Amino acid sequence: MRRLHLDEVIAPVALVVAAALLGTLVSISTQTYFTDTLVKVSIVVALYVFIGNSGVLSFGHVSFVALGAWTAGVLTVPPGEKPAIMPNLAGFLQHRHVDNVESLILAAVVGGIAAFLVGIPLMRLSGLAAGIATFAVLEITHNLLQYQERIGPGLNAFSSVPETTGLRQAALGAVVCIVVAFLYARSRYGRLLRATREDDAAARAVGASVYRQRLVAFTASGFLAGLAGGLYVHLLPVQVNSVYLDLTFITLAMLVVGGATSLFGAVVGALAVSALDSWLSVAENGTSLLGWHIDLPAGSAEIVVGILMAAVLILRPSGLTGGRELRLRGVPWRGSASRAQG
Amino acid sequence: MTVTWQNLADGLLLGSVYALMAVGIGLVFGVLRLVNFAYGQLVMAGAFALALASQWGWPAWAGIVLCFAVVLALSAAMEWVVFRPLRGHSPAVMLVATFAVAFLLQSIALLWFGSLGKIATSLTFLGRFWTIGGVDIRKIAIVAVIVAAVCLLLLSVLLERTEIGLHMRAASMDFSTARMLGVRANRVISFAVLISGALAAVVAVMLTVQTPLVTPDFALRDTIVVLAGVVVGGLNRPIPATLGGFAIGFATGVLGGALPTDQSQYLPTFVFVAVILVLLVRPRGLFDFSRTVERV
Repeated sequence: MRRLHLDEVIAPVALVVAAALLGTLVSISTQTYFTDTLVKVSIVVALYVFIGNSGVLSFGHVSFVALGAWTAGVLTVPPGEKPAIMPNLAGFLQHRHVDNVESLILAAVVGGIAAFLVGIPLMRLSGLAAGIATFAVLEITHNLLQYQERIGPGLNAFSSVPETTGLRQAALGAVVCIVVAFLYARSRYGRLLRATREDDAAARAVGASVYRQRLVAFTASGFLAGLAGGLYVHLLPVQVNSVYLDLTFITLAMLVVGGATSLFGAVVGALAVSALDSWLSVAENGTSLLGWHIDLPAGSAEIVVGILMAAVLILRPSGLTGGRELRLRGVPWRGSASRAQG
Repeated sequence: MTVTWQNLADGLLLGSVYALMAVGIGLVFGVLRLVNFAYGQLVMAGAFALALASQWGWPAWAGIVLCFAVVLALSAAMEWVVFRPLRGHSPAVMLVATFAVAFLLQSIALLWFGSLGKIATSLTFLGRFWTIGGVDIRKIAIVAVIVAAVCLLLLSVLLERTEIGLHMRAASMDFSTARMLGVRANRVISFAVLISGALAAVVAVMLTVQTPLVTPDFALRDTIVVLAGVVVGGLNRPIPATLGGFAIGFATGVLGGALPTDQSQYLPTFVFVAVILVLLVRPRGLFDFSRTVERV
């Protein structure tokens, strides 16, 4: 019998729970940073499901986050307030209203369907062509959401969406993403896809269909990205530019900094980069560490994060975790010889 | 939709600028297998140099010298600090590392100059119109086409007729074999990075004439579009890459002017749908007719 290696899922879940518990100890204003971090964990885990297992770089996943956010947002704004935020909304969306959990499920489903439809043509590509094509998906989604006011607020922010994503919901969402990612990675599909990542020709020779395996992973990760988008819109008033380039860069960087080929790496990367970024943002308003008073100029958080991301990539290109899962016992998994191919 | 001569001139202008950016990105990719996403930030740095020079009241030529100095120094630093340690790593790691550099340079510009940006005024005379046969054409459009043609000509002479050019071509064909045959890796790569930087400086001058307001995200969108164009054209060879850059610039420039506003707002959608379609039909590049296939 194949061992399930439950410790591979326990370690990332434990990290998420620890982050959430730590978040209960701090003030309400600081708590937002923890919640935001946990949503980022969901996005990065969604990225891992496709990029980590397939080795193909995707810049398009934030468009599924955006679609998830749009779905959950449009359906949970109180109907009375819809004309104010979304005056040109299509008729069938004007009176539909769902509750929090339903909106998250629908966000995930829309993300999954969109990823499946986009994946049907795109998964035939690999390497740089795949990277640019997924980037094109991001550009198209951004452009359409920005100007199509029949399906959302256009350039306005999603204000008055119920703010239901607190620490608990964000942590639960992240755990759901981690468990789905783990089950996928341990399944037949996940194993076949990793085989194509390690050696495309050999995997084809034993009968693995690269196209089909990538499509499955792309759909699964689109599903999780949609869920993360739903969580995001319930956290803060999402606007079209908050689910665009910056979010794409930071989440990809989190994945690569943590170690793209492992679930543990995805979670560690998201937590480490978020923790640093949040702490620096706080330090911009003045804080103290070990008795030193620190007051950084505004905007320096991005600079320090940029320098550290570049430094990690240069000094430790396989990421903080080396792209390995955390095993509590036994030999560490050695399967990460080759990393994600762009 | 009616296409006027002025639309065509705008298309030629943007096409020439994007062709130069495509060459700059393609040269570095040739020797390093690295897609430099931070290329736009080199252009942005050059544009800020021009803006500062005009703010200090420097003459136009001094501003251009400063622009070249800043961009070349920054390119050399990028090669030294980032590209060299990353050499030989997987393309994904290198690409994300150049993301980090792009993000970093943009944040520095934001901290230094603020989000409102600065205005480069010293070269505005090139932005005025010339009337040729009843058609108003901005001088910069003609200057850009000539400058791009001269740059590409010089570059092809350099690649075809000089020793370092031969080394660069050999290195981009097969780096390890070229090294075994006596090509010095560091020299070739530094040279390619510097030429690519010089092209970024030229692009900075031309783009600031077109849009004098320089903000920290200056040239960011252009880089994304050029990258798409380069991959659509065929990144492995210089001429297809340049053609790809030119084609996407020309199409964007002409359509952006000729379409009515309610359609031109969806221009990115049209362009990127076309990009996806081309990639699906010809994943190795629209203009790449070579027959080499990646070996297993």
